[in-house]
Amino acid sequence: MTPFITLASRAIPLLRDNIDTDAVIPSREMKTTGRTGLADGLFAPWRYGDAAARTPDPTFALNQSQAVGQRILLAGENFGCGSSREHAVWALMEWGIACVIAPSFAPIFKANALRNGLLPVALSGELIAPLAWEEITVDLPSQTVTCGDAIHRFEIETEPKEMLIEGLDAIDLTLKSRPEIDAWTEADKALRPWIYLEKHA
Amino acid sequence: MTQPRTLLAKIWDAHHVADTAAGATLIAIDRVFLHERTGASALKSLAAAGRPVLDPARVFAVMDHIVDTRPGRGDQTLMQGGQAFITETREAALAAGIRLFDVTDRDQGITHVISPELGIVLPGVTLVAPDSHTCTQGALGALAWGIGSSEAEHAMATGVLRLARPKTMRVTFKGRLSPGVTPKDMALTLLATHGAAGGSGYVVEFAGEAVGALDIEGRMTLCNMATEFAAMTGIIAPDEKTYAYLAGRRYAPATFDDPYWQTLRTDAGAVFDREIIIDASTIAPMVSWGTSPEHCVAIDGTVPQGPARAHEYIALDAGAPIKGTPIDAAFIGSCTNARLSDLRRAAAILRGRRVSPAIRKALVVPGSMAVKRAAEAEGLDKVFIDAGFEWRMSGCSLCFYAGGEGFEPGSRTISSTNRNFEGRQGPGIRTHIASPETVAASALAGAIADPRERLA
Ligand code: SF4
Repeated sequence: MTPFITLASRAIPLLRDNIDTDAVIPSREMKTTGRTGLADGLFAPWRYGDAAARTPDPTFALNQSQAVGQRILLAGENFGCGSSREHAVWALMEWGIACVIAPSFAPIFKANALRNGLLPVALSGELIAPLAWEEITVDLPSQTVTCGDAIHRFEIETEPKEMLIEGLDAIDLTLKSRPEIDAWTEADKALRPWIYLEKHA
Repeated sequence: MTQPRTLLAKIWDAHHVADTAAGATLIAIDRVFLHERTGASALKSLAAAGRPVLDPARVFAVMDHIVDTRPGRGDQTLMQGGQAFITETREAALAAGIRLFDVTDRDQGITHVISPELGIVLPGVTLVAPDSHTCTQGALGALAWGIGSSEAEHAMATGVLRLARPKTMRVTFKGRLSPGVTPKDMALTLLATHGAAGGSGYVVEFAGEAVGALDIEGRMTLCNMATEFAAMTGIIAPDEKTYAYLAGRRYAPATFDDPYWQTLRTDAGAVFDREIIIDASTIAPMVSWGTSPEHCVAIDGTVPQGPARAHEYIALDAGAPIKGTPIDAAFIGSCTNARLSDLRRAAAILRGRRVSPAIRKALVVPGSMAVKRAAEAEGLDKVFIDAGFEWRMSGCSLCFYAGGEGFEPGSRTISSTNRNFEGRQGPGIRTHIASPETVAASALAGAIADPRERLA
């Protein structure tokens, strides 16, 4: 996965609560079984005045000239709720977003983000509002968001932090524990034989 | 004397494989369930990385999200480009050697409806699926939760997930529900009172007299909306009803006689990180007024002041009574409310009556082909058709909009589904979520209506 260490960018404000993954990337914009070609559909219902004709709505944050090339998104409570589609993370990243700062995240979105190298930063709404359109720096090793003189610390669990900094692939890492996994499974077969089904023909 | 433990703690400890160097846990995953919308992408990406599925016998897949629900269906779907999801899932499932319930399989249906029907989900198991409503299956006493495609790949390739231990919450519904009030109304009450982010970081155990009194299908409706509460999942301790429901199902064990099965409950005195208590006897039929599932009111209430965007989208002002709001369409379906008991209760309201001429589209989409057959054996299909509903094949259908089939532009729908997001059922479509009874009563009235008035 893409490593995340430190990132300086202007912060694009989309300060609505409960932004769901249907809004981030509507189902009809997920046109293939792949993980690419999604940036164009990012926030399609809000970004385009007419989604079919792709006419940009000039009032939408991502369409403003100061949003061009920026990599940090500010959002409201419970960001990424709704469908489990990882396409929401892939679409954000393909557009260029590498960090979302919000008061809270829906759990599936957060897990998806961490697995792909998109950093979810939880800060209170009062701290987020003044960051709108400011140049800020998000630094993962020190777990800080810096805006001018203001420095805000955020929490992140140790394992995802280390994996993000090193850009580690979770499957590769876990496969190193194969001996423990195999031993556990053998023991479990005796305890719960009904779990282990016959091979499907 | 060992420390009293929650059901979650028991399942967690039983699936603990190892601690990682950085403080996470490898938790064994017993079952993985895929569907065509996200499954093909997970399987293809695994294959491309040259990683085999560790134990294909414990991975299942179904076609539910974008399948055609019109009679006589095949691989064609009304979603533009959707056919590729079906054919690629089929090819990938075949190549990986996993069990697929295909479009024309007699066991086809919505993931969270067929997994319990077939006894794939069991008390005490860990089950994951790249679908947020996997929490539905917690109703059987499983730790079942939604994940993304990458995590699905991880579970299939390694047999485990790397997880941080979730916090525990117990939501106790004391007392009994009044007639005409359903588990859907319990879920919507929880969301209205504690917010759509209220369960964030928690596994929520539903307990109390009103939960114990629910049948298994009703418990699934309640657990279904744990994801709307931002919880990792919901769970209900298995009891004799659970074991009676699962006995004889295809993938379930032959008997549940082993004393093990009786240990799967929260011990008296176990401590939860958070407790919520709700008096079930005070719950009324609920309906959503806005664009988040927390935007719900009792059917005889008025629209409260909410975010301006929500009022604008849904075109209802604060202070307006929700009852009597004219509607154009009605939908009975989804993993929330499309099981046999749901269809029976809706049909009881519709029997011998016709939907209002104001209704331009009314659909019933059974949650599985087995539900469809059982409903037809009781003649429920005729009740719906005579009332003016279309009777469909099983699938997710218009629970969400994938392009292709939709409601008429600008429609206001009442739906037995779980999400009233902007555009969830189509661009500009205004969705009100409610119980199947409320959907049926509203379809008859052509306006949001109180199902209790039809119960006499
Ligand atoms: S019925 Fe609706 S909510 Fe349930 S799995 Fe299908 S699309 Fe998702």
